Amino acid sequence: MEKFYYDNKIVKQFGVATLFWGIVGMLVGVLIAFQLAFPALNFGIPYTSFGRLRPVHTNAVIFAFVGNAVFAGAYFILQRVLKTRLFSDLLSKIHFWGWQFIIVFGAITLVMGYTSGKEYAELEWPLDILITLIWVVFGINMFGTILRRRERHLYVSIWFFIGTWVTVAMLHIVNSFQIPFSWIKSYSFYAGVQDALVQWWYGHNAVAFFLTTPFLGLMYYFVPKAADRPIYSYRWSIIHFWALIFIYIWAGPHHLLYTALPEWAQALGTVFSIMLILPSWGGMLNGLFTLRGAWDKVREDPILKMLVVSLTCYGMATIEGPMLSLKNVNAFSHYTDWTVAHVHIGALGFNGFMIFAMLYYLVPRMWNTTLYSRKLANAHFLISTVGILLYAIPMYWAGFAQSLMWKKFTESGQLQYQFLETVTHIVPMYAVRGVGGLLYWIGAFYAVYNLYKTMKQGRFLANEPDEAMPLSAQPLPTQKMHWHTAIERKPVQLLVLSLVVVAIGGLVELVPTFLIESNVPTISSVKPYTPLELLGRDIYVREGCYTCHSQMIRPFRDEEMRYGEYSKAGEFIYDHPFQWGSKRTGPDLHRIGGKYPDSWHFTHMRDPQEISPGSIMPAYPWLIKNDLYTANTPAKIRAMQKLGVPYPEGYDQICIQDLRLQADSIALALNAAQIKTSGDKEIIALIAYLQRLGTDVKK
Amino acid sequence: MKFSNYLKAIDEVSIYPLISLLLFVTVFVGVVIYMYSLDKNQIDERANIPLK
Repeated sequence: MEKFYYDNKIVKQFGVATLFWGIVGMLVGVLIAFQLAFPALNFGIPYTSFGRLRPVHTNAVIFAFVGNAVFAGAYFILQRVLKTRLFSDLLSKIHFWGWQFIIVFGAITLVMGYTSGKEYAELEWPLDILITLIWVVFGINMFGTILRRRERHLYVSIWFFIGTWVTVAMLHIVNSFQIPFSWIKSYSFYAGVQDALVQWWYGHNAVAFFLTTPFLGLMYYFVPKAADRPIYSYRWSIIHFWALIFIYIWAGPHHLLYTALPEWAQALGTVFSIMLILPSWGGMLNGLFTLRGAWDKVREDPILKMLVVSLTCYGMATIEGPMLSLKNVNAFSHYTDWTVAHVHIGALGFNGFMIFAMLYYLVPRMWNTTLYSRKLANAHFLISTVGILLYAIPMYWAGFAQSLMWKKFTESGQLQYQFLETVTHIVPMYAVRGVGGLLYWIGAFYAVYNLYKTMKQGRFLANEPDEAMPLSAQPLPTQKMHWHTAIERKPVQLLVLSLVVVAIGGLVELVPTFLIESNVPTISSVKPYTPLELLGRDIYVREGCYTCHSQMIRPFRDEEMRYGEYSKAGEFIYDHPFQWGSKRTGPDLHRIGGKYPDSWHFTHMRDPQEISPGSIMPAYPWLIKNDLYTANTPAKIRAMQKLGVPYPEGYDQICIQDLRLQADSIALALNAAQIKTSGDKEIIALIAYLQRLGTDVKK
Repeated sequence: MKFSNYLKAIDEVSIYPLISLLLFVTVFVGVVIYMYSLDKNQIDERANIPLK
């Protein structure tokens, strides 16, 4: 027997970080929820406006709250099921502090408006590189630990962690291809339809491999531990793992149904989404059936309660997801708050409760004590469950109501409702949703207090002793080994096989879209943006306009009547990055160009409520005051040329002249409409961009 | 995409979904066969790893 010590310190650090960023990330969520009901909460300054804070919320919750929790859980579980200390204390340390640095730096850059404009991948290129490096550190530390193990067989949780690691690495690298034009800003390597496909291949699989597979790793460890009995069916868990990672990777295109994405790719997304029900529900039932004969404990134990609700939410979200991937359902649900409700069932229910259950389990054990207050934990469970309901129900209602109103025609065949009417109708639902979020946040605060008191009353065991026989001293099994059993004992082969399985899906989906020109038919009248429009587009990305406005008109009667001709794939070939958006809190903007005079846009950006009473759009007074930064325009033009945008050779030398000419003409038109401004303000560039949108096909 | 010039000869895109279905069925059937071929003792031993 060999004696060794588990490293609890790194688990503690990641655990505390989970709680800290959970409180911060959810608080930002509560603020932006109320901003949609009360636009005054945007405070009229750039750093607190919805478009910038929404990515802070999503990134903080996904990568800071959930990310830290995954690392805490994985490092706790790895050591125990492999019977060894983590590979390197130094790597653990670099991993922890590197990740926290990314979070802080990321939050600052997002608030400053440095964003790539791609959902859940908003962080800019220096941070993308840093994420890659830290992810490699995590990988080395994990694999080093696996290779030093004293348990021959790799428990199923480990497979899920390996699958997570390899797939997230692949997704992050492929989606982060970009050409930098300054130390902090870049343009996406892909454009339009291709950018959209890569982004949602990434976006969907961020849900799959950052928010789901590592949590199944946690589930397969903590549910048996909390219920004190082995998992219901280990056989199921094998199927669960392979089927899930293999199918998930294909489902991304279901985010792009009825868009300009080629039809075959959309169909692929739908088919694989439906197939996902089987492994997802198999996994959920495997977790719930583990509690057979232990349901009496569920009534009293807050940890088991949370695990049960977490798995139930997983089941609900994974049946709802495939339903939302059916084209006829998606036609109705997409761009509405239904999607928001769906993801929060997953985030608050599945992820959130799994994390809190894990922390309630870990902290008393590592501090060698019992939970400070079981009553408080039960209160947390109750208030947060009510919070989830108060969050989700109004959002479902808002989604249904708004979609019905969008598609309602009068008897004479006209649209019955203005877009604004469909917004003001659901504002009360936004307010109730904010209350739901607030309740969930209060519950999380209970957890912080309870766990803090637990830590205070106990004594932290930084190095926990255990003993096991070294692998070399363990007898090999006498019976013949099955091929898969052999793989399960060879982590590197398991890694390679997982990579092959997920890469197949990615390649089949992405390669044809890139290689076959007929997938994106060109339109001869579509031309590159002028330098001023390009700068305006960068402001559009900076302010996060895509968080509330789509630029993708689907081929439906109501959408064509409301917004104009449906969007074609060939219209986006110069869009690095694409800005199709995924939510219509405001109307679609793809054909906004030429719809209103410049003066309308000027007044509207200064104070949206002045033009549209009842509008919930934030005001953007700083765009009117700020001077337009033009010094890096040549660098931007050169970056675009590298990406294949056909600006004439040497255009970077003369682009500023063109920019000035166009800016002055817009300023003159505004002056003529009694608006005092000059051509060197940011608003001028934004107006130029908005007036260009969707007009090429009309030429 | 510049490299598209070299590789755009790939056509018959409709074969891709068929290949994908075939691959999936193969993997799935393989895993199911494996699952049923496992010995009960082996399974129990693995399932009990976290509880050791």
